[in-house]
Amino acid sequence: MTDNNKTGLADKLSKGLNGGIAWVDDRFPLTSNIKAHLTEYYAPKNFNFWYFFGSLALLVLVLQILTGIFLTMHYKPDAELAFGSVEYIMRDVPWGWLIRYMHSTGASMFFVVVYLHMFRGVIYGSYRNPRELIWLFGVAIFLCLMGEAFFGYLLPWGQMSYWGAQVIVNLFSAIPFIGPDVSEWLRGDYLVSDATLNRFFAFHVIALPMVLLGLVAAHLIALHEVGSNNPDGIEIKKQKDPVTGIPLDGIAFHPYYTVKDLVGVTVFLIVFSAIIFFSPEMGGYFLEANNFVPADPFKTPAHIAPVWYFTPYYSILRAVPPFPGLGFIPPSQFPGVVAMGVSVAIFALLPWLDKSPVKSIRYRGTLYKKWLAAFVVSFFILGYLGTVPSNVWGQFGSWLGNADRATVVARIFTVVYFLFFILMPWYTKKDKTLPVPERLTGTE
Amino acid sequence: MKKTFLLLAAISSFALTPFAWANESEVALDKAPIDVSNHESLQRGARTFVNYCLNCHSANYMRYNRLLEIGLTEKQIKDNLLFAGEKVGDQMKVAMNKADAKKWFGAAPPDLSVEVRARGADWVYSYMRSFYRDNTRPTGWNNTVYDKVAMPHVLYELQGEQELNHETHKLTLVKPGKLSVTEYDNLVGDLTNFLAYMSEPAKQQRNHLGWFVLLFLGVLLVLTYKLKKAYWKDIH
Repeated sequence: MTDNNKTGLADKLSKGLNGGIAWVDDRFPLTSNIKAHLTEYYAPKNFNFWYFFGSLALLVLVLQILTGIFLTMHYKPDAELAFGSVEYIMRDVPWGWLIRYMHSTGASMFFVVVYLHMFRGVIYGSYRNPRELIWLFGVAIFLCLMGEAFFGYLLPWGQMSYWGAQVIVNLFSAIPFIGPDVSEWLRGDYLVSDATLNRFFAFHVIALPMVLLGLVAAHLIALHEVGSNNPDGIEIKKQKDPVTGIPLDGIAFHPYYTVKDLVGVTVFLIVFSAIIFFSPEMGGYFLEANNFVPADPFKTPAHIAPVWYFTPYYSILRAVPPFPGLGFIPPSQFPGVVAMGVSVAIFALLPWLDKSPVKSIRYRGTLYKKWLAAFVVSFFILGYLGTVPSNVWGQFGSWLGNADRATVVARIFTVVYFLFFILMPWYTKKDKTLPVPERLTGTE
Repeated sequence: MKKTFLLLAAISSFALTPFAWANESEVALDKAPIDVSNHESLQRGARTFVNYCLNCHSANYMRYNRLLEIGLTEKQIKDNLLFAGEKVGDQMKVAMNKADAKKWFGAAPPDLSVEVRARGADWVYSYMRSFYRDNTRPTGWNNTVYDKVAMPHVLYELQGEQELNHETHKLTLVKPGKLSVTEYDNLVGDLTNFLAYMSEPAKQQRNHLGWFVLLFLGVLLVLTYKLKKAYWKDIH
């Protein structure tokens, strides 16, 4: 072939392709959507490390859905068969072990990535005006994800699956008056059973994933409407090029952030693969040893703990003392249940609790930073305490009523956890902030 | 305010230190000699498992012909491990039904397919070496690792009989069995190794493949990083 022929062929191909795109564009907003969300979506040029986790969360969501589809082909949602079908996947299904480990590791990594993504939002004030709705959609995604993880965790039908579900569903029975009926309605039986497994399977594979996808779409649509925040917490749309109307500190999402995110994706996949191939149990934090014992309704394990991503809230549940009973009102675990619910839902109030004149931690004073540090420490300590029995550190002497040391520590940090939110309007207003620059401070 | 932060740091480091007085009631376990790449050990373990364990304990998720992986031939499996007309592709099931077992022993013997993942190899290795004579028990046997266990000491002919000194909590061999102490420990070591292999037969393949995946991703990281640098060279 001569060079002329080659160019001729390339010309023809590109003409054909353009023609095809034009044909679609007349019928569907393809090019305009690619422009609006990728090639002409202008993102601040100074995204740093913390900005990888949004796209990574999307990646993990896709991985969970794909691996989930293949697991569903071989899994049996039946109390008699469920445990065995998971082992069948691990042994007899070609590459089944890989698919299963991707899914189980993916569940934990989803929370790792989402927690880091949320922390980014907190430190750079991404929830502040005009991004309150993005944040609210995000909190809804987080709640949905917790539900998805909870329902999915029952499916392997091991001891921890079974008793974890039993404990969580029983929490609802602490609701005054209607509680016992509610938990029975959720289980579809008097105890966690085949009926429960079947409905949890339905929630896990279809109901919640659909809600999750819808919420993710809403999260992204809202984000692309107002534009991304950045580590400086400055609105880049305030400084536009007078001719093109493009933000001076903005760069096109594609190609700049698509190629940058590819680096993030590769690093993530290295961590993800290292876990899958070399330590899928992660020392019992991702896959618990007790879950390799088939569910037995007659044998309660000595120590029931949720998976690590629920443990801070579980700690709060255990730390709050029960209502001792008063007159005709019976004793109740309800206060703990309420505290746990509030500890998760309270994230939704952040946009309205934060009264600081600045968004980003870069321009906040030390008062805020101390409260944030106290919150992070509380979150980790409560998280750790939720994985161990409450007698893990022994008891205080009789001077403190022989109280469990761990329970007292959990109570202190539960108070710190809530004070971070409750006192936020006060300390963010009182905090001495730094002046915020007009333009972004460099690229990363 | 710096003090507050230091205090928080101090409390958190205190909180995350594992305390010496936690969980002292647990028995110290011996380290099991696990090497799932040692095919000879796995084959010896498989023989012990099929001869002694597989009468009461099933391994419902394990197929006989998976043992081709540990170097046995189909003929060897058929001649040495199949006694009751099973097919080579069958799972390691037992004839005893659960209700009967419960009536006879007080508890149905658990399926052992994933026992090592549930309890750990060290537990299994220690447990199988910790039976002792206890005439207060219905079977005449007790175990220091699993108190009041329903299972009798199936390997007692090999190990002999141990007695527990209730003051020192030490086991001593009072009546030797067919095997010496070292031989018996080796036998249980091989058995535990086999159970560890059986609990996740794909583990070796998983670890082996992992290096190639990481190597590939390492190369990909260099490429994606260079691609990013090339695209971003004009952004200041």
